[in-house]
Order: sequence, then structure tokens, then C-alpha cells
Amino acid sequence: MTAANGTSVSIQNLSLNFGAVTVLETLNLDVANGEFIVLLGPSGCGKSTLLNCIAGLLDVSQGRIFIKGKNVTWEEPKDRGIGMVFQSYALYPQMTVEKNLSFGLRVAGTPKDEIAKRIARAAEILQIEPLLQRKPAALSGGQRQRVAIGRALVRDVDVFLFDEPLSNLDAKLRAELRVEIKLLHRKLQNTMIYVTHDQIEAMTLADRIAVMKGGVIQQLDAPQTIYNRPVNRFVAGFLGSPAMNFIDGQVAAGTAFKTGNVSIPLDRYAFDAAGNSGGPCVFGIRPEHVAFGEAANTMPFATDAAVEIVEPMGSDTLVWTKLGGHNFSFRVEAEKTLRNGEPIRIGFDPARASLFDSQSGNRM
Amino acid sequence: MHTQGRDRTALTQPADEMSKSERPNPLFRNLNAKVASIPMILTAGVVFVGGTLWTVLYSFTNSKLLPRLNFVGLDQYYRLWVTPRWLISIENLLIYGAISLVFSLVIGFLLAALLDQKIRFEDTFRTIFLYPFALSFIVTGLVWQWLLNPDFGIQHVVRGLGWESFSFDPLYNSSIVIYGISIAALWQGTGLIMCLMLAGLRGIDEDIWKAARVDGIPMWKTYLFIIIPMMRPVFITTLVIIASGIVKVYDLVVAQTSGGPGIASEVPAKYVYDYMFFAQNLGQGFAASTMMLLSVVIVIVPWAYLEFGRRK
Amino acid sequence: MSMANTNAPTIAASQDNAGPYGPKPRRVFSRRNIFLYGTLFVIAAYYLLPLYVMVVTSLKGMPEIRLGNIFSPPLEITFEPWVKAWSTACTGLNCDGLSRGFWNSVRITVPSVLLSIAIASVNGYALANWRFKGADTFFVILIVGAFIPYQVMIYPIVIILREIGLYGSLSGLVIVHSIFGMPILTLLFRNYFSSMPEELFRAARVDGAGFWGIFLRIMLPMSLPIFVVAIILQVTGIWNDFLFGVVYTRPDTYPMTVQLNNIVNSVQGVKEYNVNMAATILTGLVPLIVYFISGKLFVRGIAAGAVKG
Repeated sequence: MTAANGTSVSIQNLSLNFGAVTVLETLNLDVANGEFIVLLGPSGCGKSTLLNCIAGLLDVSQGRIFIKGKNVTWEEPKDRGIGMVFQSYALYPQMTVEKNLSFGLRVAGTPKDEIAKRIARAAEILQIEPLLQRKPAALSGGQRQRVAIGRALVRDVDVFLFDEPLSNLDAKLRAELRVEIKLLHRKLQNTMIYVTHDQIEAMTLADRIAVMKGGVIQQLDAPQTIYNRPVNRFVAGFLGSPAMNFIDGQVAAGTAFKTGNVSIPLDRYAFDAAGNSGGPCVFGIRPEHVAFGEAANTMPFATDAAVEIVEPMGSDTLVWTKLGGHNFSFRVEAEKTLRNGEPIRIGFDPARASLFDSQSGNRM
Repeated sequence: MHTQGRDRTALTQPADEMSKSERPNPLFRNLNAKVASIPMILTAGVVFVGGTLWTVLYSFTNSKLLPRLNFVGLDQYYRLWVTPRWLISIENLLIYGAISLVFSLVIGFLLAALLDQKIRFEDTFRTIFLYPFALSFIVTGLVWQWLLNPDFGIQHVVRGLGWESFSFDPLYNSSIVIYGISIAALWQGTGLIMCLMLAGLRGIDEDIWKAARVDGIPMWKTYLFIIIPMMRPVFITTLVIIASGIVKVYDLVVAQTSGGPGIASEVPAKYVYDYMFFAQNLGQGFAASTMMLLSVVIVIVPWAYLEFGRRK
Repeated sequence: MSMANTNAPTIAASQDNAGPYGPKPRRVFSRRNIFLYGTLFVIAAYYLLPLYVMVVTSLKGMPEIRLGNIFSPPLEITFEPWVKAWSTACTGLNCDGLSRGFWNSVRITVPSVLLSIAIASVNGYALANWRFKGADTFFVILIVGAFIPYQVMIYPIVIILREIGLYGSLSGLVIVHSIFGMPILTLLFRNYFSSMPEELFRAARVDGAGFWGIFLRIMLPMSLPIFVVAIILQVTGIWNDFLFGVVYTRPDTYPMTVQLNNIVNSVQGVKEYNVNMAATILTGLVPLIVYFISGKLFVRGIAAGAVKG
């Protein structure tokens, strides 16, 4: 774990307590140069707190933070080589956009022509040139967030920190700015650490996602890995919409998963290194990994079921049924019309499923 | 704060109408609410509007012991503005007002900023800074009269320490007496301003502070260039509150100096009271009180315009 | 916020397990803290000084006051000034002390607080939930009226009270306090009732409750805090009033503040500063107790009532 060439931000054994409350617990995280890391988790999981620690806005209780190989644990935020973008934009409301961008630089005593150059560059990248003389109140939400990004941009730093930057925007703008942030990252090639509770933002933006819960990083992996091979039940349930199907049951050593009168063969399932310990467990399969009708019969596991509820979602349709007495959902094409109570055949490949220990919730 | 109630009217009134089959006299519709509002209607209509108009009207008469409708035009106002006591009152009010405005805003804001530094014992300090506000102007005035007593108070104590020529007797020196009164007023009132300012500071998005820290802006610059401009509405409201209190200053002067030495610390409110109830010159009292009203109008109208006019 | 100065040792970069670790060391006695708390303590001392001087003066005998300085604690504590202030200090012809003013103030404050709050709460409720045509106009006049100097309305009220035969009586003063408490209290209650969920009011109407039924059974039980705020506001405001007391009452019905001023500022006789200070504390005691007990609610009350000046 040396802060060598490849590493931009390195967090080592970081803990944070407020009195008796532990907010972050012995965290380790290495972010490569130019990497886009998303900290994802429900509110109160410590993701924003971690970002504030990296920014130097919060004192850590234990551990070290390196940025660009330099130990910045005790440094002021301004000396850490970071720029930060906030959920509420945090623009200075009485100043024009230009002043907002330049204020920090002027205070730092940057030469005038240098300031002008940086503002021009940021304004060009973010396409906010026409807005430079306006005040934040005269800007739309999307424009404000662009200016907020610009304020980080003019600092000419290596690491960008985003604290839920899109949460205050409506769905349409959010999708637009998401794309823009992605393009910005491609263009600048800076390290970006991005906090969100929105799994779509996380999936679309991240090189790697760190899923957090209770001040601990549950899983740090590429989005597809996190989606397909979640390390525990929490990660599996937090990502994916509609959510993964979870079925409580038993697994007999190495053979099959049993719930009610259903038995799912597990010979195709790749167990973790620890192997199959047997006992009570949770079987998880995503709705889109379930085949239906003719296709179901080609799957290693197939069974008969009956339609209970049909939820058309536009692009596709979610169908609810029962599997071994548990609620079970799967996706079909939107064109498919199904009646309630209609008998159907469903199937899936257990290789795409996830098995979690009932006790620990960990992947088996 | 107006919108919600208005929406509600739209909902309740049709229901009112429907519950009665024949169309009743509109006067009796919503009768309970009207009965409940009688005190307000009387107060607003009779006392506030009626009383004010009455006083203004009688300020154009030569009423002495009893109010009489014997109009003399602007005579009372003319006499008012040549009476030394009134002129001193106005001068005092201006000095007192300027001191109150400037110092209570500055001190109030500084105290609020100090308390906003995530300090320990914040509640204790706030309680200490605010307790004088719970005391009446009479109590405030009498305490400070005692503290500023040249024979026993601060001057005496400092002289006792060996500085024989030390002089601090504002209440007995006609040229500075109004400053002595202002000291007491500031002691009593800054706590309130501090509380209003603190509420304003707490209302500022914490991300602004974080952004300023990331930008490397020193704290005092953050306050000066970012926070204070953001608190403009709080400052304006506070200003109006202070200003409307300044015009009313009366008890403090009565308690501290009774207007003395001589007439050096007279204020308009006291002028009004004395002419109405002692000098038996009601006309003068009415004219003086009308001038007070005018000064309030000059303060309030621009503010009300800024505060409410623009929104509509 | 940004200032705890520490000399962060410069660390050879890119070394693992070396250099600053854990929380940035902050000295308790940093320059910032010394400045911050030093300033706060000095200011706090300044604010507390008058209270302290009041108390120590009231506990000294007159000879000690003449000889000593006002800041020194009493050498010999005596409660005689307190007794005298309460029961025998003279105002004009009466020599029965502040006790008379105290009981007058109680007789003024209690009914004034009850009456003004009763009127204003019902009125605020009517304004929030049962609008009628013209209600807004009167409400605006009421609020604007709060800014009119009392001096403008004093004399017309004298005439009104004289006409209904209450001039000089405690009841007259109670009415005056109810009138001048109305703007701020009505605003307070109106805003509070307006902020209550509208569905509640609609549901009660669907259930057939009327004006008083909704007020007594639904609004009142939910608005205890605002009533406490109103009580704090009114008790301190009315107890501390001087102007209305001096205008609308006679010497035997003077409230405590007026009587206190007359005792302390009377020109006859030898000045007894210890008695004066004891009397001053006694007069300030009621609002001070209200203040220290109510804490945060007081702050809320004055923030709401600040308009009253």
C-alpha cells in the first residue's frame, strides 16, 4: 500500500468517533490516479463523513490520509490539493458567478491574469461563459451545480470531491448532469471521489464503488462485480431496482438449496473460498436473471408458478409470483400480457444467483 | 406566512354555505369567528386608527387642560420646534438612536459570532448575555444610576485605586448624559440583538462554511464577505426592531436621570407625557406625539415596502 | 474555525506509517482559545457586574456603603434593607414599602395575562382557520399599530376609560395591557395555528365539530408550547411596564415598577442606597425567575415579541 505512482488518495486505518459513537471504523481505501470512486450507501452510513475527512473538514480520530503521496492528515482543506462540490451548491449568494469562482484564488493571492485564465478555462469546459456576471439566485439548479463544479475546477487540483452533488436536482436534470460529470472526468482525468445514495449514479459513473454501511466499507469493486457478486446480503439488497429476490431456506452440503417443497440444485453455483458450510441460508436472484415461458425450460432450474400481480413499468414489466411460498418477482418484456392467476413456467441459472449465510449475511 | 391561511379560506367557506339550506344574512355567516374578532376589530379600529386620528386632529387645536376642538392650524408645531426642551429631546434621540443602532448591531453580531464558534458553555454565556433583557428599563436605569454614581460608583472606586483625577460621571454631566443612558440601554438590549443574530447565523447553510474552508478563505473574510451579506434580511429586521425601540425610549430616562441634569437628557416620549399630564398643555403633547408617529412612519414605510411590497 | 495553530512537522512524503496520525493535536490553551474564552469571560463579567453590585449593595449597611467601594463584598451581611424595602420604604405619603406595589402588580399581571392570551388565542385561531371578509384588513391594521408609539394613543384611551368609569382602576390597566398585547400575541397564535396540519382542521369539520369545539378540543391541546411562550412574553412585558402604570393608575394602585421608581428617585429624606438596591432586585426578581426557569422558551418568546420593542 505505498503511496506510489498509481495512488492518488490513500486512507489508512481511518476511524472517527463522536464521543462514544463510532462513525467510521478502521477504514482503508486506496484510490488510483484518475480513478472515479463512488461511495455508496444509505443515509447515516458514514459516506459523507468519510468525504469530509478526506477534505479535512472533519478531524479524524485515528489513522492517516495521504493525497498524492503526501500525508495530509493534519493539513487544512485548502492545502490538500482538493476541490469540493456540495449538495446544496454552497455558492456565495451575494457574488456573481465570476466572483464565486475567483474568490478563493484572490484570497490566496493568485496573479490576476492567472485567475482570468483559469476562470476562462473552467467556464469553457462547463459552458457557463454567458452566466459569469449573474448571481446564483438568477441561475437554475443545474447551472448552479455547474458553477459549483467550476469553483472546484479553478482550484487546479488533483482530487475532486463530490458530496451528493445531484440530489437537489429533479430526475431529468440529474440524468443530464450525470452524463456531464462523466464526460468531465474523461476530459480532465482527475481523481474523483463521489458520494451518493443513488445506485444508478454509482453504477453509471464509477470505476469502482465502495458500498458502505455502519461506517464500514462492505465491498469495494467494479460496478458489475458488485452487482453480480455482492459480498453480503446488504450489498445485494441495496443495489438493483427492482430489488433482488431473497428466499429463506436451507442448504444441504454441496447439493441443493431447499425451501418449502422447492429444491434448487447448486452444482453450478460457485461457492466462495470458504466453501459450502450448509445450514440456514438466503438464496438471492435478480428479477432480470429469471427466464420465463419457453426459455425457462432451457435453464438448469425451472418450476411452475402462477401470476399474482403484474406491474407494468414501461420499458418492461415486473411479475410477482410465489416460489416455495415466498414472494418472487421477475421481469418480462413490456409487450407480454399476463393475467392474474395465469399459470406460468419460470426458471433460472443458479450460477447467477447469490447465496448468503442467514446468520452473518455473508456470501457463501 | 400568509398563504396557508388563505388556502384554507377557500376550503372552509363553501362548506359553510352548503351547511345552511336557505341563504342567510351574510353578516351572520361565520358568526363565531366574527364574535371572536370583536376585540381585535375594536382595538384596530377604535384605538389604533381612531385614537391615532384623534390625536393627530387635536394636535391642530389649542387644547390645554381638556381637549377642545379649537383649531389653531400649525401653531402647536411651530411652538414645538422653537421650544429648547423639544430640540434637546430630538438631539438626544438622534444621538441615542445612532449609538443604539451602531453599537447594538456591532456588539450583538460580535457576541453572536463568538457564541457561534462551537464553544463550550454556549448556553451559559447566552443566558448571561440575555438576562438583562428580562429586566425592566426602570430596574436597568436604577442599577446604572447606582453604578455611575460619582460619589460611590465606578468613579469613586477608580479614584480609590489612586487615580485621583479620574472622572466618569456621565449622569451628572449635561454634555455627556445621553451617552450614560446609552450605556445602560446597550447593557439591557444587546442580548436580544445577539439572539436574533445567532438565529441568523445558525440559519446559514453549513456547506457555505465548508466551501469557504476548502477555498482557503480566512474566517474573518468569510464573515465579512460571505456571511454578513447573506444575513441582510436579519440585519434589516433587527434594524427595524432597534429603531422602533429607540423612538419609545422613556422609562430608562425617567429612572436614570428624570431628564436631568436640568433638561439635558430629555427625550420626546417624556416630553409628550409631561405636557399631557403635568404641564396641562394637551395640544403640545399631541403635536409632539404626532411628530413621534411621523418619525416611525419614516422608518417603517421604506422597510415595509422593501419587505412586503416587492414580494407582491 | 480554521485556526488551531499547530506546528505540523514536515514529513518526508510518500512514506507509509509515518507522519501525522489521528486527530490534529489541539492545545487547550491555543491563541485562539485564549482569545475566544478570554473575550467571552470579560464580556460575561461586564454583563454580570450590575447584578452583582445590586446584590452586594443590598446586603450592606449604609455606613459600610459610605466607606467602602461598591464592588467589595459585604463585610457584615444584613437583610434589613430587604425588609425595609419590602415593608416600610416610603413613597410620598405611603410608608408600607414595595409590598403594596408587588401585590398591585400581581393583581394587574395575572388578569392581564389571562385576558390578553384568551382574546389573542381565539382571535388568532379565527384568523388562521375561519377567515371572513375584512378580517385581513383589521389584522394588518393591528400589526401596523404595534409600531405606533404608545404616546400617540395614550390620551384617547384615557378618555375611553374615563367614559366607561375605569380610569385609574386596576381593571382599566388590565384592559390597556390586553389592547397593547394584542398585536404580537395575535400574530404569534395566528402563525402557530396556520402551521398546524390543515387536514386536522378539515377532519374535525367533517366530524361535525364547530368553531369552539375545534378550538377547545383539537387546537388547545396541541398548542401548549405556544401558550407557554405567550405567558412568558406577557408576564415579563406586563410586569416590566412603567408607562401604562404611571398613566392609567393612581398612587394607591401603582404597579411595582412605578412605585420602585418613586422610592428610589424620591427627593425627600436621606438616600438609602442599600434599600434602593434591595427594592430594585425585588422588582426585577419576577421576570428574572421567569427567565431562568424558561430558558430556551424565553428566547423563542422574545424573538417573537421583539417587534413589541
